[in-house]
Amino acid sequence: MPRGFVFGTLRVPLVVFGVVTLTFLLLHFAPGDPASHLLGPGATTDQIQAVREALGLERPLAVQYGRWLARAVRGDFGASIATGRPVLAMLWEAWPATALLVGLSMLLSYAIGMLIAAVQATSRRRGVDGFLSGLTATLAALPGYWLAFVLVMVFTYVLRWLPGFGAAGLDADYLRPGQRFMDRLAHLALPLATLTLIGIGTAARYARGTLRAVAREPYLMLARAKGAGRWRVLFRHHLRNGLIPIVALLGLSLPAMFSGAVFVEGVFAWPGVGTVLIQAVQARDYPVVMAATTVSAIMVVLGSVLAEQLLHRVDPRSRS
Amino acid sequence: MRTSSRLGLVLIVLFAAAAVFAVRLAPVGPGDVSDVVRTRFLPPGTIDDFGVLHLLGTDRLGRDVWSRLLFGARISLAVAALATVVAAVVGIAVGATAALVRPAAGFLLGLTDFSLAVPRVVLLLLLASLWQPSARLAVLTLGLTGWMPIARLAYAETRGQLGRAYVDGARALGGGRFRLFRCHVLPNVAPSLLAAATLGLGSAVSLEAGLSFLGLGVQPPAASWGTMIASGRDTVVNAPWVGLVPGIALVLVVLSATLVADGLERRQ
Repeated sequence: MPRGFVFGTLRVPLVVFGVVTLTFLLLHFAPGDPASHLLGPGATTDQIQAVREALGLERPLAVQYGRWLARAVRGDFGASIATGRPVLAMLWEAWPATALLVGLSMLLSYAIGMLIAAVQATSRRRGVDGFLSGLTATLAALPGYWLAFVLVMVFTYVLRWLPGFGAAGLDADYLRPGQRFMDRLAHLALPLATLTLIGIGTAARYARGTLRAVAREPYLMLARAKGAGRWRVLFRHHLRNGLIPIVALLGLSLPAMFSGAVFVEGVFAWPGVGTVLIQAVQARDYPVVMAATTVSAIMVVLGSVLAEQLLHRVDPRSRS
Repeated sequence: MRTSSRLGLVLIVLFAAAAVFAVRLAPVGPGDVSDVVRTRFLPPGTIDDFGVLHLLGTDRLGRDVWSRLLFGARISLAVAALATVVAAVVGIAVGATAALVRPAAGFLLGLTDFSLAVPRVVLLLLLASLWQPSARLAVLTLGLTGWMPIARLAYAETRGQLGRAYVDGARALGGGRFRLFRCHVLPNVAPSLLAAATLGLGSAVSLEAGLSFLGLGVQPPAASWGTMIASGRDTVVNAPWVGLVPGIALVLVVLSATLVADGLERRQ
């Protein structure tokens, strides 16, 4: 296997360049004229022509592409059609919420997933492994938007324990700092649980595979032979070696995690990039859709660069 | 094959059969509305005033959930299956070309890695916003955003086979690169590609429903599992079955696909 195209920091600008080019091409070749879309059905041919010229749509394709790139480099994605606000400001407000949700659920799901996999790999009873395999496969099969629906049904409507909407209560500004924190936490609970439960399934399935792959290595037998206890063998020798491919997978599973977050954010109206994206798509708000696509690609690629740095820390062999 | 994989296969066949014979199995049509006020929100297992048994209850327009589930299976499974075929064809073409034509390898593998770096749902939403949502668009977009894992696998497996003696033998007999791939390599790498495609089928079913859930897939009033879940969200308090039933069906199909893929991988 080749080790991907370009490793290292060059990948970030390359992917961003690719995404910006892709969105330009898609927008250009998609049916429908942006000018008539902007003006509505009542516009005359002259008006459409005037707007087309004002938007630069009459210029050669290469010129349009160059201008598009120049604007994207400066972070100028234009203004939202639906709200009139600068697109960059909308996304600048949204990205921390997404980073918090995806980051936390990633951490939690890998921690719990590896724990489950460790139990599976070390348990001597066959039934335990089988049961946990079934459980993790089911968790991994759950669609985020439906699990969100079920959790809201149980915890918001039946038990009335947790809020199922937004990132803060309507009265959040009037609460004392401690209460405000608890309010935030309560709003985070269900979206985080949704993403984490699904993530646990995926992480545990991967981790079980990698732990089994090293289970028959001679160094484990040696560790047992010299009298190391079950837990010492697990944490000192087994997990440490099985961990390496899992850390490598962290970066690779980031796009999928982000994809899941889009749906979950939409269901819970979590004020992140996913919600902005869904609302923009439903309103046909192209500038926002384009920018949200670019921003999510940037977040994913930066995340995978981080995961790679982590890999270099745990596996010195990868630092070539 | 292990019991769990066999169970998954049986479930997938059952769902496919239910989709094919939907007309016979459904007591009423998926969009049939009789007396809305008297038939809406009937709990599962009720017989309405017109003598129709609603096995899984009715939704807010009095439409039979069981019938909609069956007809929804047609759309959900057909779109996902066709999308998987598109993804497999593109994936195998890209992966095999990269493995067989050395100068193209760098570009094709770079393209694959780039496509993997963009979150799939984001790309799907982008495409759905530019074109009118329809079943055909869903097949194309799901297929064109799902080929990368298959391409990577096809590349790795083909590279692995190319050094084998039987390939050298076929080449010595004068077989061209693509004949070599089609007649000799492909049959040998087919099982693992099939496993990857089965996994892809599961996520395609889930994503198709997700698009419909957001109103960007198959358009109402056509029954699709995603639109059913979306409409169940509004009636979560008084009629939870409307959203629960299609979701359970969805989980069963995705889980079955995973189990079958596990079984296929293990056989090698």
